[in-house]
Parts: sequence; structure tokens; C-alpha cells
Amino acid sequence: MSSASNVTSESPGTPTAVGQAVEPAAGASGSGPKPGRGSSDAGLRAQGVAPKRRVEVRGKVLTGACVAVVAALVVALIVMICGQGVQTFTKDGVPFSKFLFGTAWNPTRTDADGVPYVGALPMIAGSFSVTLLSCLFALPFALGSSIFVVEVAPRFGTRIFRPVTEVLVGIPSVVFGMIGLYVIVPLIRSIVGGTGYGIMSASIVLAVMILPTVTSLSIDAIASVPESYREGSLGLGCTRWQTIVHVVLPSALPGILTAIVLGMTRAFGEALAVQMVIGSGGASVMPTSLFKAATTLTSVITMNIGNQAQGTLYYDALWSLAMVLLVMSLLFILIVRLIGRKGSVKND
Amino acid sequence: MTTIEPETSGASATAAAAPGAAPADAPRTTPAERPSDGEHLLSTRDVSVLYGDNRALKPTTLDFDAGTVTALIGPSGCGKSTFLRCINMMNREIPHCRVEGHIWYGGVDVNAPDTDLYEVRRRIGMVFQQPNPFNKSIYDNIAFAPRRHGVKGRKQLDQLVEESLRGAALWDEVKDDLHKSGRALSGGQQQRLCIARTLALHPDVILMDEPCSALDPIATLAIEQTVRDIVATGICVIIVTHNMEQAARVSDRTAFFYLGEMVETGPTAHLMKMPKDQRLSDYLTGRFS
Repeated sequence: MSSASNVTSESPGTPTAVGQAVEPAAGASGSGPKPGRGSSDAGLRAQGVAPKRRVEVRGKVLTGACVAVVAALVVALIVMICGQGVQTFTKDGVPFSKFLFGTAWNPTRTDADGVPYVGALPMIAGSFSVTLLSCLFALPFALGSSIFVVEVAPRFGTRIFRPVTEVLVGIPSVVFGMIGLYVIVPLIRSIVGGTGYGIMSASIVLAVMILPTVTSLSIDAIASVPESYREGSLGLGCTRWQTIVHVVLPSALPGILTAIVLGMTRAFGEALAVQMVIGSGGASVMPTSLFKAATTLTSVITMNIGNQAQGTLYYDALWSLAMVLLVMSLLFILIVRLIGRKGSVKND
Repeated sequence: MTTIEPETSGASATAAAAPGAAPADAPRTTPAERPSDGEHLLSTRDVSVLYGDNRALKPTTLDFDAGTVTALIGPSGCGKSTFLRCINMMNREIPHCRVEGHIWYGGVDVNAPDTDLYEVRRRIGMVFQQPNPFNKSIYDNIAFAPRRHGVKGRKQLDQLVEESLRGAALWDEVKDDLHKSGRALSGGQQQRLCIARTLALHPDVILMDEPCSALDPIATLAIEQTVRDIVATGICVIIVTHNMEQAARVSDRTAFFYLGEMVETGPTAHLMKMPKDQRLSDYLTGRFS
């Protein structure tokens, strides 16, 4: 069958073969002068196909290589951070529970049992407090403004509000940190007294920082609710507000949750802006007040990693903190994925 | 501007409705004592629609009676859906859309700026082209609007849900899983759920915008039967369709729209047999579609 179809070119069994042979020739004659139009059928086939196929292969190799590099990078990062991070527990013999739940941080000293003080709980608590608080602060504004620009003033939304939030996304975190230092910290100081540094200031700065991200994703979530849901509700004589509260928001919930979790991821990992306004609390002080200086995982790492020699316990312990950060952000992404999948099932 | 005066042959149906105009804020009425504006339940007078400067619908004058089905037929883009969406003022939700003329219903002009839009939409329900149940349970899909309009009691809601589902001939199919998602139903069931949803508000009029265009023939027949059942309770149904057979099966009266103009109207059987306008007879014989 195959040999027969090769011989008779107009046989119905070989449309692909004919198509491949003719199409490259036509393309080549249009773009380059090299393959002559007058050459024989066999010549066309040989000269016409080869360059195109070479381009195909080159494209595949190039894009495949990019994928390989990215994948290798991700794997290498995870392996390296975890490999270094677990040294504290394997090489230095610190029990994992002492690290996760211990509240004393001073890796150069050891306690009565000879276990170094590497309790990370104060930092973990600090990180979680600023993350949750900043989301709590940002969420009402993000949700309110995204409802407004989608449901009330869509033209204002697409022409002015959207571009403005996109500009905000691009502002470097050090700028936010400076603004926090010169606006938020004095403000807190004048209201509640003290130094003004602390979790509250950091949360406010972070809230402003993640606001554009959360807003822009919430806008996407609300805008993706099918128009037919709104029409159905309006057609039943419900007001716009009833429609938003009872139909649009419940349907947009998975998307809004995704926005929040991505905002949390960003807040959790932010180092610079937080460090500038959270003050320099001792790393072994559990945060007891929103208005006292505290520490986060990121701030302890940035402040100390430059001063520690490789291979020391302190160095290893900092890597363990980085591992906690990595695991947490992976967890956040996993949550986003799960929400997304559940949402797609519900919204068919 | 050709507005053909409709020959009012819905007299027998009108007789079923109690005479006497009801005030706009009258309490919910049972089918026996529906408000009617003199002779007709609903009348449009020179209703036209403009999108910006573009006139999508030329002045249209039609009457609708309780207990009848009126089919709006015509090729796509001829203004029949646009007209339908005037009646419950869904066009107000579209920016730059202006509706002119009068829509007399229950003694008030629906198209007046001070009309209670929400009350109008409660009494003039709408079923859309694509079944669009909410992302909620079957029960909540139906209880949704009554709750928003102030019905609170659990017992009252239970009763309303059952009554509405029975009205839409869906009760027997779903009575055991009322708490299943409304979107898990088949397309035809979803559409009947949407009909039940509007029935829960005890409307006088139900507008249907090509309700069967997304359904298979069997589901279509079920919807058509449901329409006839609803109408038998005294509700007025206005149905947009481009399916001539459907108009013939389901409607008492038909209005033919073409290029934004209401060309001809009359009793369905009469209109189909003896079209007066050349454009309608061309449409009926399939010379264009």
C-alpha cells in the first residue's frame, strides 16, 4: 500500500506527502532565490524540504534547551537550599523540633545539653504576623476597588485604574521601605508612642506593596464571572449590589483566594522593605506587641548571612531558615493550585 | 416607520384576566386576579431602541394578553431580542443604550425614569438563551430571588421551591437532590430550573429569549410543553425564536421582525398561512433566513 502510494502522487493515500513536498517549495521560492522553480520534482523535494526541516529541528532544540535550563534551575535551587538547610540537623545534630519550636536564637552558643540555640519560632511568628496582617489590611481595599472597577465603572477601570496598579507593581521594594521609614514609622510613633518600628509598620508597608498584585488578580477573578450570572440575577429583579454580594463574589471566590495567597507569598518572602521598618528586635524575642521591634525569617537572613563563615553552624542555621521560606512558598503555591482546581470544577 | 396595528384577537384570553387596573405597588397577585391595563396585560407603544446614534429597533407597537404566548420571529439581528429586553428594561444595563416610547404595564409606563426597575423585573421574569442557573444548589437557585425580595420563612421557601419546580415540570426529576448543584443538571433541566426560578416570584409575564437554542429536540419539546403549562395558569409568555415550527407549536400570536422593524403581527395560524407582507412570506418559504 505504501509503495503504491509513493509511485502515484495523486493517490488519495498520500495527501501529507504531497503537501510536504509542495508547500516548502512554494515558500522557498517566495522567500529565497536559491531553490529554482524550474528544477525537477525530485530536486524540489530534496532542496525544498531540507532547510525547513532543519529550521524545525533547530527550533525544537532551542526551545527544548530553554525548558531544560529552567527545569534544571528550579530543581537545583530546591536541592541546594534543602541540601544546605538540612545540614543543621544532619551534620550539626540539632533536633528539628528544637529548630522549629525553639524560641532562643544564638547559634554561636550552646545550651546545657550542648545543643546550639537555633530556635526559629520568633522569626517564623514574625513572618507569619506581618504576612497575615498585611493581607488583612490589603484585602478590603483590593476587593472594594476591584468590585468598583469591574461592576461600577469598567471604563475607568481599564483606562486609568488598571495602568496605575500596574505601575505600582513595578515600584522596587526599597522605595516602599523608604516611604515606610519616613511616613509610616513616624506616624505610628506619634500615635502609639515607642519607636514606631515593629510588626504594625511592616504590615502596613507590605499591605501597600501587595495591594496592586491582589487588586489586579481580584479584578481578573471578578471580571471572569460569566455575564449570564449577572443577567440572571438582575432579570430576577435583584439589585446590582445584591447581585454582586450573592452571585458575583461567591463565583469569583476561588480567584479571589488565589489573589490573596499570591499576595501572601509576596509578603512572606519580602525582605528589604520589611527590614527597614520592622526595627532590629532580638532574634530570640517572641513578638508580643505589634508596636515593638521584631524579626522575620528574611530579615535575619539578610542581616547575618554576610558575616558567617561557610560551614559554621550559624551559616547552616541561616540556610535552614531559607529552607523554611522555600517550603512555605511552595506550600502557598500548592494552595493556589488546589484552589484553582476546585474553582474550575465549580465554575465548569 | 411602519407600525402595523395588531388585530386584537386575544379577547378570549383577556377575558380570563380580571379587569381593572392595579396600582404599581400592588401586592403579589394570584393568577386569578392579575392586574391588567384595560384590555391588555402589557402594551408597547412606539418602543424603539438606540445604541448611541444607531437605531437598532424602529418604533414597535404590540399588545400582549394574559394566558397567551406571543412568538417574536425573524432572522438573527432583526431586533427581536432587543425588543424583548426593553420589556423588563434589561437594556438599561447596557451602556449607551436608549429606549424610547411607552411600555404600559399595570397602569404605569415601565420606560419611565421613576419606575421601580426591580419590581418590574420581579413581575416580568426573564429566561435567557443559554441556561444560566447560579453556581448554587437547585434549592438555592429558586430560593435566591424570593430571599432577596424579602421572603424569609423556611417553610414558605420550601413550599415556594416545590411549587415552582412543579410549575416548570422539574419537581419529579429533582425532588430527591434539591441540594445538588443547579449546574450539574442537563441543559434542558437547567433551562427548566431557570423557568422555575422566575416562577418563584409569581410573575405576570415571562420573557424567553430563544430558550431552546442550546437544547436538543427532546429537551426543546419539554420546554415547549412547560411553556404551555405555564400559560394555562394565566401567565403571559413572550418568546423569541427563529424556529418557525416552534412558533407554530407554542404560540397563539406571532410578530415578525425584520431589520429592526416589526413587520407584521397576528394570530400565529393566520399569519403562517396568509402572510400579508412579502418579507414575511419570503421568510416563511425560506428564501432568506
